[in-house]
Amino acid sequence: MKKIYHRIIQISGNVITVEADNVANGELAEVKSPRGTSLAQVIRLDKTRVYLQVFAGSRGISTDSEVRFLGQPMRVSASDALLGRIFTGNGSPRDKGPALTDNMIDIGGPSVNPANRVIPKNMIRTGLPMIDIFNTLVESQKLPIFSVAGEPYNELLARIAMQAEVDVIVLGGMGLKYDDYLYFKETLDQQGALSRTVMFIHTAADPIVECLLVPDMALATAEYFATQENKRVLVLLTDMTNFCDALKEIAITMEQIPSNRGYPGDLYSQLASRYEKAVDFETAGSITILAVTTMPGDDVTHPVPDNTGYITEGQFYLVNGRIEPFGSLSRLKQQVNSETRSDHRALMDNMIRLYAEYKEALEKQSMGFKMSDWDSKLLKYGNLFEQRMMDLQVNIPLEDALDLGWKTLAECFTPAETGIKTDLVKQYWPK
Amino acid sequence: MTETTSISKVTGVNGNMVSVEFAGAVMQNEVAYVLPADGSRLKSEVIRVRGREADLQVFESTTGVKVGDPVEFTSQLLSVELGPGLLTQVYDGLQNPLPELAKQAGYFLKKGLYVYPLDKEKKWSYTPVAKIGERLKAGDTVGTVPEGIFKHRIMLPFAWNGEWTIIKTIEPGDFTIDTVVAEASDGSQTRKITMVQTWPVKIPITAYDDKLLPRDPLITQVRIIDTFFPVAKGGTFCTPGPFGAGKTVLQHALSQRSEADVVIVAACGERAGEVVEILREFPHLDDPRTGQKLIDRTIIICNTSSMPVAAREASIYTSVTLAEYYRQMGLNVLLLADSTSRWAQALREESGRLEEIPGEEAFPAYLESLVASFYERAGLVRLKDGKLGSITICGAVSPAGGNFEEPVTQATLKVVGSFLALSRDRANARRYPSIHPLDSWSKYASIVPKAKIDAARQMLRAGNDVNQMMKVVGEEGTPTSDFVTYLKSEFIDSVYLQQNTFDPVDSACGSKRQEYVFDKILSVINKSFSFSDKSAARTFFQNLRQAFIDWNYIPWDTDDFKAQEAKIDELLATA
Repeated sequence: MKKIYHRIIQISGNVITVEADNVANGELAEVKSPRGTSLAQVIRLDKTRVYLQVFAGSRGISTDSEVRFLGQPMRVSASDALLGRIFTGNGSPRDKGPALTDNMIDIGGPSVNPANRVIPKNMIRTGLPMIDIFNTLVESQKLPIFSVAGEPYNELLARIAMQAEVDVIVLGGMGLKYDDYLYFKETLDQQGALSRTVMFIHTAADPIVECLLVPDMALATAEYFATQENKRVLVLLTDMTNFCDALKEIAITMEQIPSNRGYPGDLYSQLASRYEKAVDFETAGSITILAVTTMPGDDVTHPVPDNTGYITEGQFYLVNGRIEPFGSLSRLKQQVNSETRSDHRALMDNMIRLYAEYKEALEKQSMGFKMSDWDSKLLKYGNLFEQRMMDLQVNIPLEDALDLGWKTLAECFTPAETGIKTDLVKQYWPK
Repeated sequence: MTETTSISKVTGVNGNMVSVEFAGAVMQNEVAYVLPADGSRLKSEVIRVRGREADLQVFESTTGVKVGDPVEFTSQLLSVELGPGLLTQVYDGLQNPLPELAKQAGYFLKKGLYVYPLDKEKKWSYTPVAKIGERLKAGDTVGTVPEGIFKHRIMLPFAWNGEWTIIKTIEPGDFTIDTVVAEASDGSQTRKITMVQTWPVKIPITAYDDKLLPRDPLITQVRIIDTFFPVAKGGTFCTPGPFGAGKTVLQHALSQRSEADVVIVAACGERAGEVVEILREFPHLDDPRTGQKLIDRTIIICNTSSMPVAAREASIYTSVTLAEYYRQMGLNVLLLADSTSRWAQALREESGRLEEIPGEEAFPAYLESLVASFYERAGLVRLKDGKLGSITICGAVSPAGGNFEEPVTQATLKVVGSFLALSRDRANARRYPSIHPLDSWSKYASIVPKAKIDAARQMLRAGNDVNQMMKVVGEEGTPTSDFVTYLKSEFIDSVYLQQNTFDPVDSACGSKRQEYVFDKILSVINKSFSFSDKSAARTFFQNLRQAFIDWNYIPWDTDDFKAQEAKIDELLATA
């Protein structure tokens, strides 16, 4: 029988302190207050003092509330029964289904041994030319979608979820507006994808500490499906900035010295330990992570997108409803785009370079300068590029998209003007 | 290693820092093991002592540690094992061989699992060098074993002070690393020498005669580096850049193409995926200089971002110590540290837990001196036998927000000899490698005479000025002569500064080829053209660029190479 502690000596933010012994770091506890029962987790030990982070928040907790330690860390039930279900951040059902207690596994487990990783080799086709040609998504990749409030990032996430070729989708929502939660649920349901989806949803109205649990719950579940069931899992997280803000809140409560704009010094490590769960297991399935990160003030140098960018394997910028060709980058595309078609890389590089020149020409035009012949060609090209390549409402196979690229080039330029190697021009230039 | 001097108890846990009440004496930076109830042994290091309480940074997750758990102190500083068989290995920051951990623990790393870094079963063909009666000092050669293409020296341990007389040796033969290959006496005591010695990672190995000024260039086969911003053997350079600017791709190119004898890749707090490529591809890639595989000259220290942060801090020291060990054999070692910013962040996390008064951006106040002492472990040295050995350090820096004013970049710039500024703008325009030709600098001598480089640099600067001007006055407001200047600078950029690291030919541009092609580029720069109008000029340079790019993709010293050159000459003669 576990001992029950009654004397809470400090309540500060969502962190309470009790005097107790024989408590392990990271252990779970139940806190019973007049307001109800909440889970809590040990985050610091100092002699007999135990600091607990209360999942439901400390509101309503009194100094004589009951604390009972459970002797185990945070866990999630891992089984096929998860599919089609929706949970809160702490793992209790958000739909009307039963609570799951089978095969409980620890969340936030250790890192994959780098020696066990394999070179990513499978492209995930999304049917979006801006991704498939220019920034190919690869199995086991971790990629954020950098955006700002108001952009259709959740729509993009949902579309990728529908069109991408994967077995299981795990959606982790953090600080999600209730409307957005319903949007995901309905979209996935309509497309018949709910049955291959598990959702862990923390909405903006839920206790902040639960927000911190969402990525770990989602990723532990993903690891189960990838290692035990050999599934290709796509984990969608939105919005990681809310997760970081929750981290900040706890760190400040714990009186940690903030490093940059109030965020804790270990923000990078915290994010990395989640994102690095993306992996392709040699003899099992894989985990791919797409995570929305809204940039406060549209500033990519803000600590959250900045640290994220250093961890992830590229990033998509979603600006004005389009994936921005500059800055957007899939670092793993080289692993797969030599296998797709011989012209893929050259076309990708040169179309983007020309689009960059188009932008310069556009700038000149807007300043009222006379357009040279070259500028006019660029302007024509840029418009076609935006129409044909940047549309996010399409589902085009990669090969067709490449042909469309050549067609666009041929409509605007001579082969020498494109800067593409001569042998490729010979093979692919539309006659 | 496991000898216990005192038993002590945990009194507090805060993240990966554990406070311990100790009995007896403890040493700063001593290794200790925390022993939680689940039976695991968590390696840790003493980082502060206050009264009877020591603060330990634990190289593992502290989940499950309780107040009152016993702690074992070892009286040893954090050390690495040095001996034959280090090459081709993949270690974590504490020198645990990761493939071996994988065999024992499966997909995931297991807390508290440590494995001896070297293969104790493998037999090495040992040849004694020192004769009985010979007097040796620390670092002198006792014998050799072949490792890769060179002779791995078994040296008198660096920690032995004074002069030692060899009193016993063994006959040549195949032995395991633990075999006693010689015995030596300093007059008062006799000690045994095996093929392995240990050395504490945070202390530099100084068993050499002199430190010399680095002179000879380390050829990296990256044109913009070797020609414009060279690095010397024994020098230091850094590659700061925002994310997405191509730091990692550049580091990979360096690890593959650099003409160093030994390459140590320290993946410090970066993505695991980046190491995997090296891990999986190097065993299959040929090293054209030696005819062996690339992995045969490589050691990988891999403490990636999701691995415990304290071990990340150690990984930088582990890797530079291994570099020093191979330098002691008269080899040129290249250490690629990616990224030193992650190391600095590990220091920051630790400093925060110690509740030290923070410096700028919460980095500890001693950041600069730690960065400086790390880079100072590079250098060209004359060993005691007169041979030269060198360590070249390349530190990738990941400045927050891509802003070079931040503390880690600034601390690094003070101590390096070459600065390769990676630019987001160039990366966005797909101009790779994205080393900025106007912002970067190097204090080392290039393979190309200075006057020639100055001419090219002058043209780049002038072209940039014209480009800036054109943004204001427009193309029609720019004189044709200026416009040609601009085109010439763009020409240098696109056919010489830019290089395709994914093309087997273009990615490896040897020094001879660089000198040769650079002269051809100069002839274009120095030629005065007369074009009827700007569009004629643009068309000419587009064609010329095309011809040069094709040239870059043709192997050096072939008939095709000469044929393409003839085409270029023809083209040049038309204008």
